[in-house]
Amino acid sequence: MAKQRVVVVGGGLGGLWATLRLAEAGHSVDLFSMFQVKRSHSCCAQGGINAVLDIKGQHDSIEQHITDTIKGGDYLGDQPPIKTMCQDAPGLVHTYDRMGVTFSRTPEGIMDQRLFGGVKNRRTCFAGATTGAQLLYGIDEQVRAHEGGGRVRKLEFWEFLSLVLDDQGVCRGVAALNVRNMKVETFRADVVLLATGGAGLIWGRSTMSTNCTGAAAARAYQQGAKFANGEFAQFHPTAMKGHDKLRLMSEACRGEGGRIWVPRKAGDTRLGRDIPENERFYFLEEWYPAYGNTSPRDVASRAIVRVTRHMGLGVRGQDIVYLDLTHKSREFLEARLGGILDMYQTFAGVDPYTNPMEVFPSMHYTMGGLWVGFDKDGQTGGMARISPKNHATSVPGLYACGECDFAYHGANRLGANSLLSASFSGRVAGDAAAAYLKNLKSGCDKVPDSVYDAERQRQAEINQALLARTGGENASTLHHQLGELMQQYVFVERDNAGLDKALAGIAELKERGRKISLDDKGNWSNQSLPWARQVQDMIVLGEVMTKCARLRDECRGSHYKAEFELKQPEGKFAGDPEYEAYTEKWKANNERWLKHSIATHTPAGPQVEYWPVDSSVMPPTKPRDYR
Amino acid sequence: MDKVIHFKIKRQDGPNSQPYWEEFKMPYAPQHNVISALLYLREHPVNTRGQRVAPVAWESNCMEEVCGACSMLVNGVPRQACAALVDDLEQPIVLEPLTKFPIIRDLAVDRQKMFDALIRVKAWVPLDGSQDVHEPAPRISPADQALRYVYSRCMTCGCCMEACPQYHDHSDFIGPALFGQVALHNSHPTGGFFKADRLHALMDPGGIAGCGNAQNCFKVCPKDIPLTHAIGELGRQTTVQWLRDLLMK
Repeated sequence: MAKQRVVVVGGGLGGLWATLRLAEAGHSVDLFSMFQVKRSHSCCAQGGINAVLDIKGQHDSIEQHITDTIKGGDYLGDQPPIKTMCQDAPGLVHTYDRMGVTFSRTPEGIMDQRLFGGVKNRRTCFAGATTGAQLLYGIDEQVRAHEGGGRVRKLEFWEFLSLVLDDQGVCRGVAALNVRNMKVETFRADVVLLATGGAGLIWGRSTMSTNCTGAAAARAYQQGAKFANGEFAQFHPTAMKGHDKLRLMSEACRGEGGRIWVPRKAGDTRLGRDIPENERFYFLEEWYPAYGNTSPRDVASRAIVRVTRHMGLGVRGQDIVYLDLTHKSREFLEARLGGILDMYQTFAGVDPYTNPMEVFPSMHYTMGGLWVGFDKDGQTGGMARISPKNHATSVPGLYACGECDFAYHGANRLGANSLLSASFSGRVAGDAAAAYLKNLKSGCDKVPDSVYDAERQRQAEINQALLARTGGENASTLHHQLGELMQQYVFVERDNAGLDKALAGIAELKERGRKISLDDKGNWSNQSLPWARQVQDMIVLGEVMTKCARLRDECRGSHYKAEFELKQPEGKFAGDPEYEAYTEKWKANNERWLKHSIATHTPAGPQVEYWPVDSSVMPPTKPRDYR
Repeated sequence: MDKVIHFKIKRQDGPNSQPYWEEFKMPYAPQHNVISALLYLREHPVNTRGQRVAPVAWESNCMEEVCGACSMLVNGVPRQACAALVDDLEQPIVLEPLTKFPIIRDLAVDRQKMFDALIRVKAWVPLDGSQDVHEPAPRISPADQALRYVYSRCMTCGCCMEACPQYHDHSDFIGPALFGQVALHNSHPTGGFFKADRLHALMDPGGIAGCGNAQNCFKVCPKDIPLTHAIGELGRQTTVQWLRDLLMK
């Protein structure tokens, strides 16, 4: 067989880890990215990465990390991969440490750990408040060493357009757009990995970078890859307001002691700092005394929406609550959170050291994504560490890792578990792809040129049609309208009437998306063309997410429909007959709904079916309860 | 239009085209930054002469000054455009591409040579593979971590290169950003094992001798990286290395 070829698309933590593992295994990797990989969205992650090191005398354990992750995800995550991820986390952060990542230290010089949401132990390693950037740089440097050694070829400023599938439906390469000379080319590959990140831009504004459109995943989906759990999107409780981006204020703010509150008096006109203690309503601490300000994100975001929109207690009557760090010393805050507090100062023009910050929930993370499988290790009950089944999508020869896949986080992700899953899944997917290559009988060199020519032609024609059209719709306008629908109807609280409206609106946008025309007709670095295509793909993925949300008639993790809520009996806990009756109802509901929603593309829209969840590590016997 | 935001943008259709100025006015809204305004103009690309034109090309990603993509000259100063708030800027706001890098189009430039230089100076900690070695990395004191953290915030954005008078087309000087990266990796307990390789790269033509000590670099750094301190420190390290090389001959 000719020398095997590998394509990795995306250069955040997932893509870089996969690239590194494949390069170390001796493969030559073509690494595609729409921009220099060092600018990938992983750099925006702030707070930290979870790994049980148990350095704070709390008797933290890997079992507890597994339990917290499973429960945090409201049992919707397949459990064997979660188990293995948590087991491998300490080794993974030590590897980052060996790469020279500038983790914050204890006085003894070991990696320090802080508290994060949905847990009770200090389990989060961090590098100031720019942990994602520091991890990204660490792995980027390792890949650069292989680039220098000739193993890795970076194709930056290339945009993935489609998979090249052979007549058996096996993935044999990609078609990509050179965003400088605007030419479409195809690349042969024996295996392709997508590590293309989340899809926050579908909500118009989010905490995500402007390139997080989800378009690459949407393209694979439209070519047959199944998309799982699309309805599960995380709304981070504390983001700044803004009309271009909703900038994240890390959960680390609360892990380090930050408190969320609103004035007790509706429409109080005083500045936050002038409102006395006894006139402040610390609603998370009151409603969830066990976890308080570090309740999981879905719980905290719902509480914020309740206090602002249902109780009318938002700051100045608006969709705003306070995130308050002013009781902590400046020195402490500078060392632990300096990077993001500077950012708040820059963009809000207000000093967060002396004023409570103004925040509200924002679209932040897509738990759903391309469906990927795993190989269960019969002996350990975890995931087999090396197997071609791990992170394989439903398209043979196509793998996915990082936020663009659906694994690990179920219905809600715990804070500081995303840097972990992005890194871990990249490592596992790289190893899986290498195993796939070892077993591959017939390589892409046997696929006739005509297969590649046809795909290149198809993509070039799409571009030409866009360039030729005049007087049509504006891509940015459609994007705003999609964002408005998603913000209004597919947000923290959902209901079926609203979701029906969203689906009708999206159907209309889809139609109008076919009539987009461009203000730029040029053939050099034309940014209007890829943007128009991304908007069309965002509409497709938005439809999947909304349809899955419409069909799921229950409350689970981030997906909340009041009509179907099983209310926890107030003031009652396990052992109380009323609580036990609630638990029985909860179990009955799991029978119906504890399933992955799996969307398959058809010309008429997504077809949704339900697949079982592997709950073999910790069967769901007790409902989540953070009170 | 009542209150407006007025832009004067230096445009260039391609690497070999002639540059030209184009002005845009858009409705004022509070809290705009340069990139959010460019996003508005992407949707409404009409210049002050009322012509609908091709939208301005630029690079951006994170919108919060951590990714390093959107470097450009804003009123003559190299900086991250996403953190340049319209309310703080004098109008018309003049946008120009960085001048030290080849132009791709309009405000987008090609910064590849910075990344190539990172390979040249071996800006990484060599590992014997990314597998778990079942042993933690060496301890690092909080003080050393604090200094390394300052260097490790470099986004490879190119602002320091733009401000450096020694970094230009006709010079082989590798530019200030690289010194911060060498200082970072030389200061790591195991990265320091390979200090000599990095220092030799800096002792080559275009290395540390190229610094003219203008001290512009750290003044424009969006992350306040003490590049002049790094250059001073590496000056000492290269001298020691030079002596060591002599003795080893």
